[in-house]
Amino acid sequence: MSSTKYILGLFADPDEMMHGIDLLQKNSVPIYDVFTPMPIHGIEKKLGIKDSRLGFAAFMFGCLGGTTIFSIAYYMLVHDWPMNIGGKPAFAIPDFVPITFEWTVLFTAFGMTLTFFFATHLFPGRTPRVMDLRATDDRFVIAIDAKGNTPHDDITKILKEAGAVEVKHNDRKYVSYE
Amino acid sequence: MASHSESIIREPLITGKDITYAQITNDVLRPVENMPGKAWWIGFVVAVLGACLWLFSVSWTFWYGIGEWGLNKTVGWAWDITGFVWWVGIGHAGTLISAILLLFRQNWRNSINRSAEAMTIFAVICAASYIVCHMGRPWMFVYSLPLPNTYTLWVNFNSPLIWDVFAISTYFSVSLVFWYTGLLPDLATIRDRATGLRRKIYSFCSFGWTGSVKTWQRFETVCLILAGISTPLVLSVHTIVSMDFATSLEPGWHTTIFPPYFVAGAIFSGFAMVQTLLLVTRKVLGLENYITMFHIEAMNKIILLTGSIVGVAYLTEFFIAFYSGGEYEQYTFLNRFIGPYWWAGCMMYGCNVLMTQLMWFKSIRRNIPIAWVLSIVVNIGMWFERFVIIVVSLHRDFVPSSWAMFYPTWVDMSIFIGSIGLFFTMFLLFIRVLPSIAMAEVKLILKSSSEQAKKKLMAHGDLDEEQVEFYKESLVKFDSVEISDYQKAKK
Repeated sequence: MSSTKYILGLFADPDEMMHGIDLLQKNSVPIYDVFTPMPIHGIEKKLGIKDSRLGFAAFMFGCLGGTTIFSIAYYMLVHDWPMNIGGKPAFAIPDFVPITFEWTVLFTAFGMTLTFFFATHLFPGRTPRVMDLRATDDRFVIAIDAKGNTPHDDITKILKEAGAVEVKHNDRKYVSYE
Repeated sequence: MASHSESIIREPLITGKDITYAQITNDVLRPVENMPGKAWWIGFVVAVLGACLWLFSVSWTFWYGIGEWGLNKTVGWAWDITGFVWWVGIGHAGTLISAILLLFRQNWRNSINRSAEAMTIFAVICAASYIVCHMGRPWMFVYSLPLPNTYTLWVNFNSPLIWDVFAISTYFSVSLVFWYTGLLPDLATIRDRATGLRRKIYSFCSFGWTGSVKTWQRFETVCLILAGISTPLVLSVHTIVSMDFATSLEPGWHTTIFPPYFVAGAIFSGFAMVQTLLLVTRKVLGLENYITMFHIEAMNKIILLTGSIVGVAYLTEFFIAFYSGGEYEQYTFLNRFIGPYWWAGCMMYGCNVLMTQLMWFKSIRRNIPIAWVLSIVVNIGMWFERFVIIVVSLHRDFVPSSWAMFYPTWVDMSIFIGSIGLFFTMFLLFIRVLPSIAMAEVKLILKSSSEQAKKKLMAHGDLDEEQVEFYKESLVKFDSVEISDYQKAKK
């Protein structure tokens, strides 16, 4: 039994990598994940990854921000201590528009970004789970869980055929940082 | 897809032969991974001296109070608010480039957005420091926040000054989030190439970024939505700054044109500052292939456009002063030319309107030394614009018996010069420790918009001969393109 845990196909070109994904899928080889130095458009559809729902989160945070500051302004200037400014109404809605807008944006930005960090497990000091060091530089890496039934040599062959410049059989999932 | 090919008639955004993904990483990270050169050290030492001057004069102000400034009973806002508005205006280009140009799918933003956003953040820091300084007793800042306090008074949300607190703080923090999120993939690149302590530091800062499919997908969603909300945000900031003036009754301030006029002016001066910085940076860091003549010319065109909008706003102001029949308003505008501050008025109109019109000429837009000088001229002009609006309006308003002049003291001047030093200190540190070009975003356009991709297209043929000729002619202006390659091909 081989000790290979993950098979990595390293591509130098994003289109060849996309071709590699197609070939692997045609041969029913399940793909664990793909690591790239830049976003690859159209890859989510290929890998069957659902659309991000961060947009909904952003919208809800925006609503929350706008409501929060508008309520604060209402409480302070209308309910708690209405001021008489030349006899004008204390509930001066147009004057509350700028701050309401600002906090809508503020809450949207922070809420959405923090949700993104939380969902993707990104935080300061997190140990990077990197499978190949060049995946953030110039290699487009397809990772395949080696536990599948397909003989490893066949996977290697498919990757090479698609144009992989290097195929790695790794005994460890992540590159050790020591 | 990464490889969809672009029309041949579009100018390349990345020039140079055999640029690979690895080459981009190497080129951009050269200043980060190596010791800086002599030019950087000289600049840094000068900037740090400036920052020290800033620290000293700000401390002086805090110790002795704003009585150390040249303010008087009539002119209660002068270099402080001038400096504040100037810096905030400069801070508008970064988010404009990263947000508005993203929404308009302007790919040329990809190689300038990172440093422009960094510049934005540093400029807003300088601006905020003026606000804290001009309070005299900086700890009083807490009363601008809607917090319960011992006076049992709330902040007045009817006041534009409070809107400004919200606008500037939101703008700063949202820009910071936008910038830092965009930095994560590039920090991961540095991390994976570094060793030892550097790796530990960049590893900490990169939040464990891996570049998996799901991460990139979410990243792009986040960037798009941040761009969508930052677009109205960036326009709102200077709108609200202008309302600090426009909602008052002061002649010269009390005009409804202020919001669009200030926003155009802000973009104008912001792009000028981006130009000032990038023309030097591209040379010193050897980034000519990524920040090309196309980028420089595109920015110059934006400077020309916004400068002309500002010019139209000036004319409108004059016309409305005349048309309103208000004698105070009319006097204010005449006073800009015939009053004791006529030279400031001339600097304002001359630098902002007359000098910018030179940009109509191709040869000037494409001449790097002239473009650089003009970018500085614009920023001088924009400083004088704020000075004219603030000081010249205040020094002679309704009651002639309280007319006065404003004379800056050494503290005023030191804070201003020092803030420029502070700005450059931060910027120089930035290009030393962080990638000054968003590598991931430049890699994204390598296969579609680079010179080599276009060359490949041309080699394959099947292109309209006329379009190819047009493309070749457009390459002549690039200083980073070996034009002889194309002439040979022609024969």
